[in-house]
Amino acid sequence: MNNVFVYCELEGTKVADVSLELLTKGRKLANQLNCQLEAILAGEHLAGVEAQVLPYGVDRVHVFDAPGLFPYTSLPHADILINLFKEEQPQICLMGATVIGRDLGPRVSSALTSGLTADCTALEIGSHEDKKAGKSYENLLYQIRPAFGGNIVATIVNPEHRPQMATVREGVMKKEVLDPNYQGEVICHEVAKYVPETDFVVKVIDRHVEQAKHNLKGAPIVVAGGYGMGSKEGFDMLFELAKELHAEVGASRAAVDAGFCEHDRQIGQTGVTVRPKLYIACGISGQIQHIAGMQDAGIIISVNNDPNAPINTIADYVINGSVEEVIPKMIKYYKKNSK
Amino acid sequence: MSLRIIVLAKQVPDTRNVGKDAMTAEGTVNRAALPAIFNPEDLNALEQALRLKESHPGSTVTLLTMGPGRAAEIIREGLYRGADGGYLLTDRAFAGADTLATSYALATAIKKIGAYDIILGGRQAIDGDTAQVGPQVAEKLGLPQITYTEEILKVDEEARRITAKRHIDGGVETVEGPLPILLTVNGSAAPCRPRNAKLVMKYKRAMGAQEKAAPACHGEKTLAYPELYEQRPYLNIQEWSVKDVEGDLQQCGLSGSPTKVKAVQNIVFQAKESKTLTGSDQDVEALIVELLANHTIG
Repeated sequence: MNNVFVYCELEGTKVADVSLELLTKGRKLANQLNCQLEAILAGEHLAGVEAQVLPYGVDRVHVFDAPGLFPYTSLPHADILINLFKEEQPQICLMGATVIGRDLGPRVSSALTSGLTADCTALEIGSHEDKKAGKSYENLLYQIRPAFGGNIVATIVNPEHRPQMATVREGVMKKEVLDPNYQGEVICHEVAKYVPETDFVVKVIDRHVEQAKHNLKGAPIVVAGGYGMGSKEGFDMLFELAKELHAEVGASRAAVDAGFCEHDRQIGQTGVTVRPKLYIACGISGQIQHIAGMQDAGIIISVNNDPNAPINTIADYVINGSVEEVIPKMIKYYKKNSK
Repeated sequence: MSLRIIVLAKQVPDTRNVGKDAMTAEGTVNRAALPAIFNPEDLNALEQALRLKESHPGSTVTLLTMGPGRAAEIIREGLYRGADGGYLLTDRAFAGADTLATSYALATAIKKIGAYDIILGGRQAIDGDTAQVGPQVAEKLGLPQITYTEEILKVDEEARRITAKRHIDGGVETVEGPLPILLTVNGSAAPCRPRNAKLVMKYKRAMGAQEKAAPACHGEKTLAYPELYEQRPYLNIQEWSVKDVEGDLQQCGLSGSPTKVKAVQNIVFQAKESKTLTGSDQDVEALIVELLANHTIG
């Protein structure tokens, strides 16, 4: 009872990276709270899948294996969580801020009247004092996220309601195996007890999932462009630099919104989070949502003609100059000096 | 045969165009400096509704929004594009609502509107980016949901089934569900049609009670043509309070919100030691040489 739960997302029988990242974080939170970590797997043909999650320090795995649970649809998965949580009374529930997590989380939180915070960029444990009500709380989950278009960072707490629910995007938390031989209990639930037949009303009649076209998340060097690149053609220059450096190209939301670059290359709170050893920000002013997605980069170079661009404050190297001028020079001098 | 469609829409500060004056000296958000706009993805939802109205003659599109008196603008914008009417849920008791209290309020208003076949809304609003209100309203009304909708492909009124294409991580899927249902529409769906000039002429004086009571908002000392509102009832945008929708005060606004904001921090980036270079050939080459030397680049 009162443990930390992670809803694990499945593509077929493969557990999503974001879920493993959350198990890693969940283990740390459980240690701090001195409680157990539990995982939920819901899908079809799940025999042996628990082996993917146990190494992250999972004490109990709840398996819901039945036809119709894959591909994901809202109602059956929501009822699994709602009914399981009524029995188990978790104190915390984490899920990916993916299409699935953002479809499922709100439904569960509404049914349980528990608070849910979307797209958290950090999770911590701490105390809270409600001065108005004269109450104080220990060991609450601090759900930290940029808000209001990224102009503020808010810390959200759910003092009275359980579970405290949060979604987190892929790549925000680190994924780390705790112990490859970690021993946890595996519980196979009878799905019909949790999911009424009437839940299977929405049918997936066609489905196409493509492997990602690029490896932005894992790239050691990222060349990213912002609105300051000015055009799609401006981005061609970045692709050229990236090709030379064996880097991947990323973009800020402003550049994606302007149509300079495809959406799947967006870096930031509502895009991909990257941790490259080198990040070259070209014509990016540095909104907090963008910073949230790249601040852990090893070395940050900012090329910007605005010396006061916010991104310059976190950059290791600031090049005051126009991107049109500087990027071709970078290509030129890389070619000249690398051979 | 026709469909009764409700579109949920929100007036939001335009957080995408935050200027330098958007933050006050104290570090709080200066809402007055941000223009209020129709939440972009709610416009995508409205377009899907208007298309259904065209393909299913006799259908009605009703807007529902929650906000202060000036949020009647959302209803007007909907009327300009072809919606049939709308309701503004407005009451101080709704203030400070998180997504759960918001969805509670919207659900009570939808129950008051009465019969419906399809509820549409944007996937998320740009001021919160949570994408929670749609699914929470569906849960409160006991409806199935289709989120991240890119296109409604078909509504079969006889079979009471809807088919829609939706975005999923790394792909798309086509799903089929029963009516009534709630759908949230993704920004990648078709953009909303522009205002219709004739409808603008027809509805430009449509106002809610709060707007009518404060003509100064429209740059007028007194309400122009007050008799119009009796002659043309469609110019009166209906406002509903908590009482009108028989809402439970405990579940509205701040008191109905399980999430509390513990702290708000203004964004101050921690400055670290950095080197500032110019765009000169010499500086750029020196940097490249340095990065090559320490194996940052290969």
